[in-house]
Amino acid sequence: MAEKSGGCARPTGARVGEASPSKENNQPQSMIEEEIFMTAKVGNKAPDFTAPAYYKGEFTEIKLSDYLGKWVLLCFYPGDFTFV
Amino acid sequence: MGVEVISVSVDSQFVHKMWNDHELSKMVNKDIPFPMVADGAGNVGKVYGVYDEDAGVELRGRFIIDPDGVIQAMEVLTPPVGRNIEETIRQTQAFQHVRATKGSEACPSGWKPGKKTLKPGPALVGNVWKEWTPNNDL
Repeated sequence: MAEKSGGCARPTGARVGEASPSKENNQPQSMIEEEIFMTAKVGNKAPDFTAPAYYKGEFTEIKLSDYLGKWVLLCFYPGDFTFV
Repeated sequence: MGVEVISVSVDSQFVHKMWNDHELSKMVNKDIPFPMVADGAGNVGKVYGVYDEDAGVELRGRFIIDPDGVIQAMEVLTPPVGRNIEETIRQTQAFQHVRATKGSEACPSGWKPGKKTLKPGPALVGNVWKEWTPNNDL
């Protein structure tokens, strides 16, 4: 996993293939919403994403599809320094 | 077991470092051995259905993803109650067993490695009671 420079220009994650906001986007609104609200379901492919991460002393970037061929346990939680 | 863990919250990677350094590493006497992902805008949590818009945080969502990238199991808890890692391990072992048998075996309720599996097919219809009951420890 390559170390990323400690910049702060891209502070969050994003779904891979997510369209960047564009004023010239002339897709019907309903199609855009459908794309955004597609959620994960068992039996379906896990939505791919890239996001910055901290791993063993380094700032890096995680891309879920890099883990194809391996079992993955993906865990969300409310926040660092919370109690449970 | 060969499972890669990834954790995600809305905290930045910088806060993840501080949490690792100041608290978590003291609980386990080493650095956290998996990547801690920063999802400040909740974009990842939204597509997984675990982002709480009102609170601006992510719920306790847990997804078991197989080597083909398919979600085999998911569990979502509200913040005040923690998960049971034993159950996550049990489910993962069961899905790994099913995959290893190419789906020819199924794991009944409460299955653990070494316990009896079921082989779905015409001969099993109506005969599961001979193979498995809720109380036996086959």
